[in-house]
Amino acid sequence: MTIAFTINGHSVAVEVSGSRRLLDVIREDLGATGTKEGCGEGECGACSVLIDGEVVDSCLIAVGQVEGREVTTVEGLADGGRLTALQQAFIAHGAAQCGICTPGLLLAAHVLLQHSKRLTADEVREGLAGNLCRCTGYTKIIDAVLSCTK
Amino acid sequence: MHEVKFIRPKSLADAVQIYRTTPGCRPLAGGTDLMVMLHARTVRPEPQAVLDLWSLAELKGVRRVQDSVEIGAAESYTGIIASRDVQQHLPALAAAARTIGAAQIQNRGTLGGNLANASPAGDTLPVLLAYDAVVVTDRRAIPIDKFFIGYRKTELHPDELITAVRLPLGRRVAFRKVGTRAAQAISKVVMAVSGHPARIAIGSVAEVPLRARRAEAALERDDIEAAIAAVADDIRPIDDVRSTAAYRRAVTQNVLRGLLDAFARG
Repeated sequence: MTIAFTINGHSVAVEVSGSRRLLDVIREDLGATGTKEGCGEGECGACSVLIDGEVVDSCLIAVGQVEGREVTTVEGLADGGRLTALQQAFIAHGAAQCGICTPGLLLAAHVLLQHSKRLTADEVREGLAGNLCRCTGYTKIIDAVLSCTK
Repeated sequence: MHEVKFIRPKSLADAVQIYRTTPGCRPLAGGTDLMVMLHARTVRPEPQAVLDLWSLAELKGVRRVQDSVEIGAAESYTGIIASRDVQQHLPALAAAARTIGAAQIQNRGTLGGNLANASPAGDTLPVLLAYDAVVVTDRRAIPIDKFFIGYRKTELHPDELITAVRLPLGRRVAFRKVGTRAAQAISKVVMAVSGHPARIAIGSVAEVPLRARRAEAALERDDIEAAIAAVADDIRPIDDVRSTAAYRRAVTQNVLRGLLDAFARG
């Protein structure tokens, strides 16, 4: 079937089975490999993307379910070569090590900051609880996100 | 590779019709359970098609209907948590929804899915039992205590769709979940308790989410110590990867004591 949706502001129409995982269509059909696969079971958040501004695990989405919707991947955060304040904060705080969790964390944190610019460390931790990182111990990630709050 | 067809119904009536007439069809809502199983090819019998219920407006929303709150079967936990009616009248349901996964899962998980999947560890299920919820389908209303009939088996007919869940107003229910860690954990014991009427509903301690009937009878007599003693015999816990039967039995008694103490303190 043909599935038409928007990804990072661009309209696309893909000819695929609607039951395929959005994750696979993003990576394999659209070649946007910023979105990572970790567990494939909705536990780790590495494959996080935004659908109409809500953070979801793209391994749990059938691509047919995004017909007519707006998908944002990590590639859609920066404006051309200009990184967002959050991305710059990740760099400044050394909030990435191996990098597999980073795209998902950036998207989850992006949504969190869009909802509120006044966040406590606990609120940031809770907001990012769906994104596992096995390298950093989270401290620098939390610090990076907090540096973007008021 | 075997391809699972994706069917997008135009309306609830359309979905009901398709589900009744399409062999090998599985309903799909937020996908938090089914997409994992589809990808791992562990769905039995192997589905030929999925029927997408996620975008059906009739299955969304939280609304007051006379003396109850009705929640659409495909409303997300995020929507349930945000609902003023739920916050005001069903705080235990909001508390349970908040313990399910994190934002990614709460944005997609649904009551319809939790019910249909019928995992003994389903975190909303003890709460629904404690509220005496009613499962509304395309053809009837099923009292929740008649809904779970075996391990991951429900009262639903093979062609029956859950459309909503109805919960009564004015009942005080307390909720507690015990897992390995605070976030993103599968329950070792999950419990919801109501004092009046006496309801003690527990998940992860048997093949189904169950009501502890002997403990409820004791609670009805206000005999709290007898209720705590009886609950150990009401449950049928097992040793598995997440915990042991002995631990679950002890924790069930402790959690029940804690919830009843909280009630006593008001």
